[in-house]
Amino acid sequence: MNIEELYQEIILDHSKRPRNFGTLPDATVSVRGDNPSCGDEVELSAKLTPEMIEALRFTGHGCAICMASASLMTTKMRGKSRREGQAAIEAFRQMLTAPEPGETPSGFGDLLVFSAVRRFPQRVKCAMLAWRALEQALSSSPTRDVTTEDGDAL
Amino acid sequence: MEAGETRFWEAIRQDFPTLAQQVHGHPLIYFDNAATSQKPKVVINTLSNFYEHDNSNVHRGLHELSNRATAAFEGARQRLASYLGAPPDTIVFTRGTTESINLVARAWGDANVGKGDVILLTEMEHHSNLVPWQLLAGRKAAILRFVPITPEGRLDLEKLDTLLEGPVKIFAFAHISNTLGTINPVADLCSRARRIGAVTLVDAAQSAGHKPLDVREIGCDFLALSGHKMCGPTGAGVLYGRRELLESMEPFHGGGEMISSVALTQSEFKAPPHRFEAGTPAIAQSIGLGCAANYLDEIGRQRIFEHDQELAFHACSVIEQIPGAKIFGPRDTRAGVVSFVLGSIHAHDVVSMADQYGLALRGGHHCTQPLLRKLGVPATARASFYFYNTPEEVIRMGEVLRKIHAFFA
Repeated sequence: MNIEELYQEIILDHSKRPRNFGTLPDATVSVRGDNPSCGDEVELSAKLTPEMIEALRFTGHGCAICMASASLMTTKMRGKSRREGQAAIEAFRQMLTAPEPGETPSGFGDLLVFSAVRRFPQRVKCAMLAWRALEQALSSSPTRDVTTEDGDAL
Repeated sequence: MEAGETRFWEAIRQDFPTLAQQVHGHPLIYFDNAATSQKPKVVINTLSNFYEHDNSNVHRGLHELSNRATAAFEGARQRLASYLGAPPDTIVFTRGTTESINLVARAWGDANVGKGDVILLTEMEHHSNLVPWQLLAGRKAAILRFVPITPEGRLDLEKLDTLLEGPVKIFAFAHISNTLGTINPVADLCSRARRIGAVTLVDAAQSAGHKPLDVREIGCDFLALSGHKMCGPTGAGVLYGRRELLESMEPFHGGGEMISSVALTQSEFKAPPHRFEAGTPAIAQSIGLGCAANYLDEIGRQRIFEHDQELAFHACSVIEQIPGAKIFGPRDTRAGVVSFVLGSIHAHDVVSMADQYGLALRGGHHCTQPLLRKLGVPATARASFYFYNTPEEVIRMGEVLRKIHAFFA
């Protein structure tokens, strides 16, 4: 396993020039996620309707994996239904944590670059942080903050 | 380094089996010694010899193996006592620095710190010398105060006299900062605290295996250390306590080994140090720690300190050549711990990539979150050295860091 497989061009690009960086003036919910072990912080700002993820933006700072994951997530999940969003979160988590590589999730496109994170267990939290914030935003108690230090929750 | 000195350290390096390996196709460079040190063969052999020949419980058997185990365990206590310049009955075996400090915060703190009393710490403390005092302050409604750090990363001693005013009951501080590499003037700190009647605790986790240490010269009341950072096994450490203080203290844990007689509703406790060693101790590990203390003294702790410091200076000069690099902590006298950031590249990215070149660094907050907040960074990369590291490894680190900088630039 070569480290360049983890830090692919797409990840470096999104970490240096994150898309959708900022806050939504008409956000319906915002969730703060943090990873105290390395100081990564992501604040996700979401405009949600009862059915749809209409818009997503984020602010924060963190490692390249964390920033690129947040950036790509906001581009991919915007305009999806809540149900599609929840399915994508679960598929992304599976892709990062399954003991063996599973089937390629359909419609993931550039997100597939994160499949390499599976080989770097200590970096899974970095890649998951923004996704956990989105999961929280879609949940029934969307205002709670999330932290990577909730036991084994990923 | 002159040739004879180089040969000496090259021979010493052969004592460490873990160092002779490839990681991700590169020779291992182990620069995470502030987290834990590697173990020499003589310590590893001490553990396996104990388990193969003498394994038994201590202080209770009347048989040969128990006698041997007890003699070796108490021999290790004497060894650690002379290592610290202390009488053997002031050496309590614990699991490590963290447990030693918790022991003091409970067994001494609960009886001596009350409402409105002051616990004085510093801004550079490891969480293990912070959280036990927060818990004590919470139990007793006591007040926490902190000696601030200067921009250079030293304690701001001009503020100390003011901070020592009022009902200061204890002053607890690190000998060497695990993040900044700062060496604190422990003897001076202890004497200034003693003048106002405050008890002192020195967190020697980063110094015990790295420089000469004598509690009589330091003049502290308590001193805590971890064996695993000084070539010993994990799970064994020491609390030194001044005899009068230990004698005045109630037990920390209750159980076997620490009692002289037990009735159903009450017990009498042994004298220190055994009063504070409830249950079966980490026998093999403590004996291993005694062996490690011997090993370090055979090399010479002053010689180790000078070697570590030379590598640290070398590392600083290598790191600061990388564009955007920032090094934290003092630049003259310092221990073998160098924390740095490479521009805006996150420490975890630096450390993950360094690992792919066989270079083991630490990245994160180093269990000093308040200190990193003060320094204004979420995380740093840290290289920490020990006597088996070489100048060639430091040069190699510079090459790897330059590659990482180029990759993320």
